[in-house]
Amino acid sequence: MKKIVDFAIEKLIFIAGLVAIIFVVLIFFFLLKGSLTFFKEYNFFDFIAGRYWYPTSTPPKFGILSLIVGSLFVTLGASLIAIPIGIMAAFYIAEVAPPSIKDFLKSGIELLASIPSVVIGFIGMTTLVPLVRTLFNLPTGLTSFTGSLMLAFMAMPTIVSISEDAIRAVPWQYKEGALALGATKWQTMYRIVLPAALPGIFAAVMLGIGRVIGETMAVMMITGNAANIPESIFQPVRTMTATIAAEMGETVKGSIHYHALFAIGLVLFVITFIINFIADTFLNRSKK
Amino acid sequence: MFKSLGMKKVLIYCLLLFLIGCSRNTTDSIGVKEKTIQIKGSDTIVNLVQAWVEEFAKLRPGVNIGITGGGSGTGFAALLNGTCDIAMASRAIEDKEIKLAKEKNIKPVEFIVGLDGLAVVVHPKNPVSKLTMDEVRDIFMGNIKNWKEVGGEDRTIVILSRESNSGTHMFFKEHVLRKGNKKGTEEFSPSALLMPSSQTIVNEVMQNPNAIGYVGIGYLSNYLKAIAIAKDRKSKYIEPKIESVMNFSYAISRPLYLYTPNEPSGVVKDFINFALSNEGQKIVRKVDFVPIKKVD
Repeated sequence: MKKIVDFAIEKLIFIAGLVAIIFVVLIFFFLLKGSLTFFKEYNFFDFIAGRYWYPTSTPPKFGILSLIVGSLFVTLGASLIAIPIGIMAAFYIAEVAPPSIKDFLKSGIELLASIPSVVIGFIGMTTLVPLVRTLFNLPTGLTSFTGSLMLAFMAMPTIVSISEDAIRAVPWQYKEGALALGATKWQTMYRIVLPAALPGIFAAVMLGIGRVIGETMAVMMITGNAANIPESIFQPVRTMTATIAAEMGETVKGSIHYHALFAIGLVLFVITFIINFIADTFLNRSKK
Repeated sequence: MFKSLGMKKVLIYCLLLFLIGCSRNTTDSIGVKEKTIQIKGSDTIVNLVQAWVEEFAKLRPGVNIGITGGGSGTGFAALLNGTCDIAMASRAIEDKEIKLAKEKNIKPVEFIVGLDGLAVVVHPKNPVSKLTMDEVRDIFMGNIKNWKEVGGEDRTIVILSRESNSGTHMFFKEHVLRKGNKKGTEEFSPSALLMPSSQTIVNEVMQNPNAIGYVGIGYLSNYLKAIAIAKDRKSKYIEPKIESVMNFSYAISRPLYLYTPNEPSGVVKDFINFALSNEGQKIVRKVDFVPIKKVD
């Protein structure tokens, strides 16, 4: 009897896992199908390298270079803010903080992950946007920098939580060995724990970036949505996700604009896939 | 406390959900009951239609009317996808949309239900208070980049526009940027900020002295300054007001439309007749739009 139950549960889990993969594959083909219809009518090179996004003009222009650059600007900015702070916070929680504060901090940071992005966007729009404008004396506060700042908040929980797991997974023998050899706590952390946990931290960073690049609502509200290649981080940008979200509801199903949005979705899918793939590779390496 | 693998799975699911969210489209079928009307489209007139619906509901209790904004493009898309009974629009239906409708065996019927003036708005502290049509055009196309070129302070101009599918955006582009020439190729400056709604334009203009935007005159308030506009250098500068729109002396005005997928019947027809009635037009006046005929 027990064997049968075991067998059934094992198969059930197997099927559940399989379904997830099937979904991903189906989504990929769904996006591919929509995109291919688009590329039949529109040159692929003009799409990827075109500077102008005027989807409702006649003739329409579907150049997403400025959107790709916009997404990269916001993502890079958010990474530069979130990665150092996130990793330092993870080290503090895992190695330095007293146990009583440790749990409090960790659940607090994980709580940050549960704030809906529209709320983050709203807070950013009402508080950060006017502040950024007056602080840096800019023409407008709706810039990629503002977006990066808010998105850093969203990437932080992922980075802290997974990095902290990786740091904690470093065998205690390593640390005790280092300390026994006379290394200070800082030297142990920097020379022993960091290298040992590095693959896990790297994976955490990649997953954090994955979250940022896919984020839609908050960036749509605070980056200004100007489809222009920015010259500095203090200029408005338009991201790929915001473009899909803002325009998908307003296109006629089956039109070239509709399929163009699918093509953007495909580009986004490929980018997130690459990021997840890299993260996965490092996560696996860290287990060995 | 997440195990790293568990967290990763959660993230993969998030990604999945996100992508599913992307690929969803407007054809989600809505369970249309007999006395339920779906109205979709222009954000500009959503308040007007809401006011009509409130009054209409008093006359015809038991009729359910759902109103959704999103932009004129959304309305036409819904009309063609069969997910709404009435589309509200702040621009006329386009040739390519009529062509698509034909393919789907839909013959859209047009009703002009009111008029609207588009006000060009700036922060109340901005010293600029009048512009010619050409200056407005050059500002929105990015040819004039600094307020001092039009008699203001030495500040960079921040252009605020609506999303490209908005009827307001299309109208402004055709009427101001392309001067009414349908085959024109003029575009908004690529550095124009595309705002998701007229209200967000109002919010940004209210707090940003560098900004310039355009909204329907229904959105005007003391927190904004509406620019007086002259058709050319020799003409008088005229402020956007109900009177100036009604006698067509204000340069940027437009009709407001309702569209039905085919010749309307039943409740839909009653609703449109109500909108066009004397009482309906009084409501137009009340929500700061301009009625199509004189009302008492």
